[in-house]
Amino acid sequence: MRKFIKRYRGFLIMVILLIVVSVVNFELGKDAFNRAVSTIKEMILIIPPIFILMGLLDVWVPKETMVRFMGKGSGLKGIILSFLLGSAAAGPLYGAFPIASVFMKKGVTFSNILIFLGAWSTTKIPLVLFEIESLGLTFALTRLACNIPGILFIAWILSSLVSQKEISDVYEQNITMQNGKMS
Amino acid sequence: MSVIILYALMVGLLTLSWIKNRQKTRIALQKAFKALENILPEFLIVIVLVGLLLALINPQFISSLIGQDSGMWGTFLALLVGAITLIPGFVAFPTAAMLLVEGAGYMQIGGFISSLMMVGIVTFPVEKRFFGTKISLLRNVSAFLFSILVAIGIGFVMGEL
Repeated sequence: MRKFIKRYRGFLIMVILLIVVSVVNFELGKDAFNRAVSTIKEMILIIPPIFILMGLLDVWVPKETMVRFMGKGSGLKGIILSFLLGSAAAGPLYGAFPIASVFMKKGVTFSNILIFLGAWSTTKIPLVLFEIESLGLTFALTRLACNIPGILFIAWILSSLVSQKEISDVYEQNITMQNGKMS
Repeated sequence: MSVIILYALMVGLLTLSWIKNRQKTRIALQKAFKALENILPEFLIVIVLVGLLLALINPQFISSLIGQDSGMWGTFLALLVGAITLIPGFVAFPTAAMLLVEGAGYMQIGGFISSLMMVGIVTFPVEKRFFGTKISLLRNVSAFLFSILVAIGIGFVMGEL
């Protein structure tokens, strides 16, 4: 029980906050509750398939293959592949983090992981099509023309701002997490 | 639409995996379940946080912030709102189109869309679990700064600057 409370401490604090908000302003609290419920619905739809794909990726694709395509020395090929994989994705950015975690275990470079995250967040193909439809071609293309170099720039700047030691610590932690231990 | 593709992909690959090797498939599913269970507390935090924030920052509120002639200040607020909220694309784009009709500028909308996509303040608890505080912080900050450039770029192309 204490372990449960410790693990879900943050969540319990949020629930208490929600209750306090509802007492102060019932309408706002009700609105927040309804929106939380619709977020749960969205997550229930998106999250299980992403985690299952992650599990399959982990089990079926050997580390050597991933390293060859997206690891050290994969160069331009790795960059393009990271872009394509991210752009082909579905779902909000939070779905990309578990996949990125498996990528770390499989030896994908840090900058390629960042490119993958960047592509997932801004160049997802279904979303871009929808954007063109809603906001027009000029808007969508300008945004992409800005965001694509931006993704590369952010990957580059983060790789240079974070030390090798810090990166390998994060990789270590993810590998431990993947192997089922709690951190 | 993308959800259908996601499920088709999952079912297809899962079936293929099951045919090829049942044991491996079982392990994959166990891993999936364990990983999900592991990150559940953070996801639950995000869910309540999103509810509270979206109740406060609803379309009417956003519209009042980045409406007509809101200028630089409006662009900054648009970037901020985009960074904080988590709105799925199929809701965000129609909302943005509606805001345009109501008089928001392309520059504000560009900043809003870019930071909405790249910056995730509410999902920070989840990101932190995988990437650690420093990397998550740096990624979000640089994505936010970059979204300013996107706003300027779009403002320029759309003839607002």
